[in-house]
Amino acid sequence: MFPWLSVLAAIPLFGAIVVLLLPNRPTVPSKQVALGFSLLTLVVAVAAATRFDTTALTQFQLVERHTWIPQLGATYALGVDGMALALILMSVILTPVCLLAAWHDVPDEQPQRQQNYLALILVLETFMIGVFAATDVLLFYVIFEAMLIPVYFLIGSFGTGARRQYAATKFLLFSLLGGLVMLVAVIGVYFQGPGGADGFLLDKLTGLTMDPTTEHLLFLGFFFAFAVKAPMFPVHTWLPDAASEATPATATLLVGVLDKVGTFGMIRFCLQMFPNASQWATPVIIVLAVVSVLYGAFVAIGQRDMMRLVAYTSVSHFGFIVLGIFALTTTAGSGSVLYMINHGFSTAALFLVVGMLIRRRGSKDIDAYGGWQRVTPVLAGVFLVSGLSALALPGLGSFLSEFLVLAGTFQRYQVAAAVATAGIILAALYVLWMYKRTMTGARPEDVEGVGPSSGILDLSLREKLVVAPLIAAFLVLGFYPKPTLDAINPAVKATLSHVGVSDPAPTAPVAGEGSTK
Amino acid sequence: MTTVSTVVMADTFTSASISYSALMPMLIVFVVALAEVLVAGFATRESRHALQVGLSLIGLLGALAALLLGARFHQGVTASVADAAGSRQLGAVVVDGPTIFLQAGVLVLALLAVLIMSERLGGIGADAFTPMGAANPGSVQERAAQRAGLTTSEAFPLMMLAVGGMMLFVAAGDLLTLFVGLEVLSLPLYILTGLARRRRLLSQEAALKYFLLGAFSSAFLLFGAALLYGYAGSVYLSEIASAISAGQPDREVLLVPGVLLVLVGLLFKVGAVPFHSWTPDVYQGAPTPVTGFMAACTKLAAFGAMLRVVYVGAAGDRWNWSVVVVVIAALTMIVGAVMSVTQTDVKRLLAYSSIAHAGFILTGVLAFDVTGVSAVMFYLVTYGLTTIAAFGIVYLVRDVQSGSEATHLSQWAGLGRKHPVAAATFAFLMLAFAGIPLTSGFVAKLGAFGAAVGHGGASGAVLAVIGVLSSAITVFVYVRIIVMMYFTEPAENAVEVVSPSILAKVAIGFCAVLTLALGIAPKLLLDWAANASLFLS
Repeated sequence: MFPWLSVLAAIPLFGAIVVLLLPNRPTVPSKQVALGFSLLTLVVAVAAATRFDTTALTQFQLVERHTWIPQLGATYALGVDGMALALILMSVILTPVCLLAAWHDVPDEQPQRQQNYLALILVLETFMIGVFAATDVLLFYVIFEAMLIPVYFLIGSFGTGARRQYAATKFLLFSLLGGLVMLVAVIGVYFQGPGGADGFLLDKLTGLTMDPTTEHLLFLGFFFAFAVKAPMFPVHTWLPDAASEATPATATLLVGVLDKVGTFGMIRFCLQMFPNASQWATPVIIVLAVVSVLYGAFVAIGQRDMMRLVAYTSVSHFGFIVLGIFALTTTAGSGSVLYMINHGFSTAALFLVVGMLIRRRGSKDIDAYGGWQRVTPVLAGVFLVSGLSALALPGLGSFLSEFLVLAGTFQRYQVAAAVATAGIILAALYVLWMYKRTMTGARPEDVEGVGPSSGILDLSLREKLVVAPLIAAFLVLGFYPKPTLDAINPAVKATLSHVGVSDPAPTAPVAGEGSTK
Repeated sequence: MTTVSTVVMADTFTSASISYSALMPMLIVFVVALAEVLVAGFATRESRHALQVGLSLIGLLGALAALLLGARFHQGVTASVADAAGSRQLGAVVVDGPTIFLQAGVLVLALLAVLIMSERLGGIGADAFTPMGAANPGSVQERAAQRAGLTTSEAFPLMMLAVGGMMLFVAAGDLLTLFVGLEVLSLPLYILTGLARRRRLLSQEAALKYFLLGAFSSAFLLFGAALLYGYAGSVYLSEIASAISAGQPDREVLLVPGVLLVLVGLLFKVGAVPFHSWTPDVYQGAPTPVTGFMAACTKLAAFGAMLRVVYVGAAGDRWNWSVVVVVIAALTMIVGAVMSVTQTDVKRLLAYSSIAHAGFILTGVLAFDVTGVSAVMFYLVTYGLTTIAAFGIVYLVRDVQSGSEATHLSQWAGLGRKHPVAAATFAFLMLAFAGIPLTSGFVAKLGAFGAAVGHGGASGAVLAVIGVLSSAITVFVYVRIIVMMYFTEPAENAVEVVSPSILAKVAIGFCAVLTLALGIAPKLLLDWAANASLFLS
């Protein structure tokens, strides 16, 4: 069988090597080469997706399995279910978009630096594919940790903010602390399982019977790492710093894709390997998730820095995702997974459009703007659409997923769902208020020679190409989510059957089959 | 007291049976070392350096060949006599799986260290060493020696002797051979430490400290050996193990102090807390290539010897003494990690990091399982490779004006921009020390902590948790170096990375490539380690 996933992951890595080997001259088209490789990855990913059968009975498809470190029980095992496939597709769509958005992040006059930047993004793409495709716990862990390094350099070396060193180090230390705690749990779970040369395979670690205390501790080890990654209140503080100091493209990949590894991991590993502990921890996690929803939203309202504002909206949205995951109903679970995809696109649009805005004015401060829709109407338009997607306007993708999460949560936790609904209202507040303060109002005066009337242009063709696929994704996922939900639903059901919960009666129609056609 | 050694009391002299094929690797190293002493005395000044380096390389390669082609197939106890009952052989030297693996490790690491040590940087002798070790720093004699173009080519025979001692140390089947091995490996190192070309005072101070504390710890080891002899009536590890399993009710009180005192001597050599205080001074003061050699090979040899003493000799009584070592392991990890945070000198920083690593390795030793043995052996080799490369690069980063090594962390600012290859390699090695996946450091830590969690019981799990938390602290330290090199503007007093000869480049590159390769595909080396993890007794 053709190793689709390995090839998929290898293409960007190969591309990174090619980019690094190109001569260091300003005239060399490194950017075009990097973009070409990421587009090739996208094509192969789509081809791989056509091989995926949504009706198959096995948990994973496109499976590959080779011995890797038998002495430690690790196998090179790849495979995807609908959830992983959807996340991989999202990643490979976002990477070329980000490369295109990052076109002028490093000037052509510094070819060496530019090549490093592009190569890091491509290496990161390899890891993003690998982390979602890994079906061996150790392999997952290895990629989970290794992918911090390119991001660390992307923030620390190429970030735009003055505090980028601090932000990069904070990001790395938070993530590594979470990761190392998880390492103990990774080792621990191996010894709970059957062991042997392939003892780290997820299949072998599913459905174990463990002593409750051990299971709780192991669950906490995994959950802590994923909560830092996601990020959840109260371990979210690295995210606003990292997102605000990084380039918009890096921030997009960081928040749009990397943080999804946290919520992905909760479903794939926490729920599947530790079903009893998951149920045991649910009440606390639900509370933390609701706190994240509201806290992220309130703090977002108070931000003056637009990048930080977008970062805090993500804290709020991740609260919704975690809420849906631990509500343990199929509706909420499917909603969460769909939310991960939608959030990836809408947060990408927000970060990138805000980045375009900042590039024109040179300030992240909301107060530095005002009235820009009179100068750059197209930019203002896409800004509004991205914002509306973030606040879950019906017809755009996020609405459906947020609705499913809340409806599914309400089946089991009425109060939590009711409180979390306030997050939607707050979302309208922070998005529209930001729009109002930056875009509406009188035509702005020039400030210190930089301003709309001194030759600031509306979106260029390249920038339109960046935004177009994202808005297309909003609309497709908003009006025709069925194919995505068809892929996601079996994965969610399979996971919940491992947990051993059934939806409380009366059951709501399963998402994608009844309500959404 | 009937078991008291027949070796001593026998009426007739029994000659020990010796397998020369098994001992050949050590003999080659010692003979070459002695030949080099003659070279240092009689060869012409111009030819000396080439002869010494050439002989060292031939000696180490020859020993490696003899080990892998000869001794590997002659495993068993050697230099041995029959025990009292005449039923089995008691060997002063035991050539078994761990011995072969660790001796091969010492030889390979020493080979790489020699390549870096031999770096001349355009001079007539090795650049790292003073022209005249005996002269007072800054004295007339020293300047005269400098002008006369003298070189300390004795460094190479000294190093070969140390290598021979290390090989004996990991093979020692009795406590006296253990002590002899310890001294043979230590004494040359004390001298080598004092031979740095630059910052002579610091180097001599380090040598003196190392010698005094080392002598002190040797005495502990010897005293522990005496107590164990009193307990078991024999210095052979296998006899001590039999005595423990038989039980010696009237002499029980000698056992735990004896074991712990022997371990003190060994823990000193690996730099475990609270016997670590020499490490930062010596690592800083010694010539940097020697520091790399010492950090890699001494640690390997001392942990190898500790494995044998613990697993062959004292494991039967571990419930009575292991708690002390557990506490030491925990302290070592915590102190090493925390103290490294405050360091501003790269060499001292790496010294504290090596202390933390000693704690991680101890965690693997305390698993008391064969997976622990193979994990520790794998750890030692991979850590050694990374260390030699790291100190190799530290050695090449020089202050432009004075030509001495720029070891202060602030001097490394902006190195990534000016010397991308050296900085990238060093950053990668730091990530390996930190145990980031896809480096050998990760696989090594995983193995050690895995053994501890799987077989070390509750204390093993606690040590693993302390281990990962300490790792998180050390990550901060390594990241600081990366921040310095990559995210900081270059400093005023510029530094440069001097371009070494092809030999040193090959050595550093080889270590770095292996650090990556053993992170991605460690199967082969882990296989060797696993196949070599059974001790003969």
